[in-house]
Amino acid sequence: MGTKKHHISIITGNDAAAEAVKLCGVQVVAAYPITPQSSVVEALSKYVEQGIMNAEFVTVESEHSALGVCIAASTVGARVFTATSANGLAYMCEQVHWAAGARLPIVMCCVNRAMAAPWSVLNDQQDSMTMRDAGWIQIFCRNNQEIHDTVIQAFKIAETVHVPVMVCYDGYILSHTVMPVELVSQEKVDAFLPKYVPHTILDPSHPRNLNPVTLADPRKDGSGTLCHGYMELRYLHQEALLNSPAAIVAADKEFGKLVGRNWGGMVWGYRNEDAEILLMAAGSLTMELSVAVDAMREEGIKVGVLGLRVYRPFPNKELVEAVRKAKLVAVFDKSLSYGNEGPICADLKSALYTSGVSPVVHGYITGLGGRDVKYRHLIEAAKKSIAALNNGNPVKETEWVNVQI
Amino acid sequence: MATKILDLPEEEYMLPGNRACAGCSLGIGFRHILKALGGNCIFTVPASCLTVLGGMYPTSSVKVPWMNVVFPSSAAAASGLVAGLKATGREDITVVAMAGDGGTADIGIQALSGAAERNTNFIYICYDNEAYMNTGTQRSGSTPIGARTTTTPAFGKQQQAKDVPKILEAHGIPYIATSCPSFPTDLYDKVKKAVGIKGTRYMHMCAPCPSGWQFPAKDTVEIGRMAVECGAVVLYEIEDGVFRLTSRSKKLAEQGELQPVREYVSVQGRFKGIEDETIEAMQSWINKRWTECIKRDAENR
Amino acid sequence: MATRDCGQESAMSTPCIGEAGHTGDWRSVRPKFDETKCLAVKAGRPACFQCWAYCPEGVIKKEIGTEVDLDYCKGCGICAEVCPAGAITMVPENAEDAE
Repeated sequence: MGTKKHHISIITGNDAAAEAVKLCGVQVVAAYPITPQSSVVEALSKYVEQGIMNAEFVTVESEHSALGVCIAASTVGARVFTATSANGLAYMCEQVHWAAGARLPIVMCCVNRAMAAPWSVLNDQQDSMTMRDAGWIQIFCRNNQEIHDTVIQAFKIAETVHVPVMVCYDGYILSHTVMPVELVSQEKVDAFLPKYVPHTILDPSHPRNLNPVTLADPRKDGSGTLCHGYMELRYLHQEALLNSPAAIVAADKEFGKLVGRNWGGMVWGYRNEDAEILLMAAGSLTMELSVAVDAMREEGIKVGVLGLRVYRPFPNKELVEAVRKAKLVAVFDKSLSYGNEGPICADLKSALYTSGVSPVVHGYITGLGGRDVKYRHLIEAAKKSIAALNNGNPVKETEWVNVQI
Repeated sequence: MATKILDLPEEEYMLPGNRACAGCSLGIGFRHILKALGGNCIFTVPASCLTVLGGMYPTSSVKVPWMNVVFPSSAAAASGLVAGLKATGREDITVVAMAGDGGTADIGIQALSGAAERNTNFIYICYDNEAYMNTGTQRSGSTPIGARTTTTPAFGKQQQAKDVPKILEAHGIPYIATSCPSFPTDLYDKVKKAVGIKGTRYMHMCAPCPSGWQFPAKDTVEIGRMAVECGAVVLYEIEDGVFRLTSRSKKLAEQGELQPVREYVSVQGRFKGIEDETIEAMQSWINKRWTECIKRDAENR
Repeated sequence: MATRDCGQESAMSTPCIGEAGHTGDWRSVRPKFDETKCLAVKAGRPACFQCWAYCPEGVIKKEIGTEVDLDYCKGCGICAEVCPAGAITMVPENAEDAE
């Protein structure tokens, strides 16, 4: 029986991501710098130039090309990775759609940053939210350890389900803040992640033409077999997404057995077993909420955190179960579907609509453009919702936390 | 030794019964490009007439592996193919990006410039039908001055075309060549030569378009010949910075004279109503370029 | 009718002739070959073959006394224009005396 060696490094979220990419035997990296993602890319360039990572690093001239390189390299069987933020993600938008429709197992880190205009390099989640309809799996990380672990899990999920995975984490709060991270060993990653076997065929020996113009209706091929119309292909894509929780949960569980920690699969809770009030968010904000919950528990308030790990596919079933016993769910969105409400809040209400479970749901917009969210702001907000609920007059409108207008 | 028509290989990689217009010069050029590549290639094709020629799901009209990509990205996709094939040990396969003038000179120029600056090991072929033909003949950066298009309907294009091979020359890449399907053996030889060179190889193929340029389909080959005869198209190659005229352009430099561009213009409906001033501007541009070409060619002989 | 039997999860096409259907239907004229004028036929060996080289469809065979695949010939008329011996003429598709 040998001694357990824990490689604990005190590193930033970006470095945690880069270390994971290195461990996963990624073969092609193409990325364009953008604050606050740049140090992921810089770390990977360093590994490649030092010879400790055997990958092709393509120094592309834009984000649109970054994902274009990844799409092509993935199509011919290479395991690929890219990362971006905000306007970079927006620039590659048509490629984000393409990667999903082409069913390629690309893993991309989105270091969450506010969208321009006006310019902001600071954190919110608007960027990844604007891509939520493109058909990627989207996972939010609460701390740097989860970033490291989730990037590793993401390759397995993507290559199982044939859907690209976006690993989202808050810019600066996680990307640039150092935290203890236990780096997974190469042996464990190799045991967890098999070699990538592509389902796309691009070889002169059996020529195929990939993703051509596809008509609205099914059409026969040269041998008379009826093949999909556009709508059938999209049905299969949606089907894969709706079935993906099985692969996502399995990956987290298997990883957990191997490494000794997992992250709760689709949704997770903190002190929510007997909670009447749930405070919900995605990403690092859940950690701030945990501090708020601890403080409120001291006062005897039965409150807990409802952590949304996977935003797409939206975990309707899991959330209905998670809120079944709650009277109130306060949802803290770090983004906004302009003209409507916070996306997590709106999607939660949608999940509950046909479920027969109907707590009060109160949405809060927080932390846009890097506005600091302190746990006392969260306590104030939660207490406001609770008070209104107790007065028999629960607040229904979305409110903004710490806006100073 | 220049290949002769008789010696062109027989095997076809482009299948008949495809969606290209009757008399499309791209069809002629593409057949010979594929013959020169010999099948050991992977194509990346952005939105363009070629996409349509390639076929609609689930039937394809080409016997080479092919990935369709978004409009701006053919050179980026090619860079990805090169990286991916290297990473998976299949570097012997030739990567070819083939795009129209829109996907090259306009929306595709960023990715092309980036790939060329990195000296990416691939062949880029631009088939230049001098407008966005696939979407119905809107003007592009490659549309010649005076040409009517659906976005220059009344007065014709007001600006001279971009000289894309010259832009690529500024990137210092190892091989640049111009061509025209009316001279199929010159095209074939240039592609064959390109296959044997490492680094970014750029090929610009004039592609007369009966529908867009408005001439009868039967005249496609003749229009291409006229383009070379008047110097609207010059057939040349630049190999490691050494400029050489080839084929009919070489003969014209040695023995003949350019035909007036007026004749070339007069047989195309897209130039109907063109003003004399504009023809003179065109002629002047052509003359200037021809003088430069002759000078450069003479320096290297 | 269901399409799952095709077994595809993304759009991948396979090569086939006639991708656009029976493109021979597009034409209103078709090429007529006069072997007495054809340079290859007269020489009894491979010669010229410009019609083969310039056909945008590749429906003319590289053969002495060639044939056109009329299922897919679009009737563009390029072969007739490039033939240096005038051995090809374009005749109306619906001519009474079309062979």
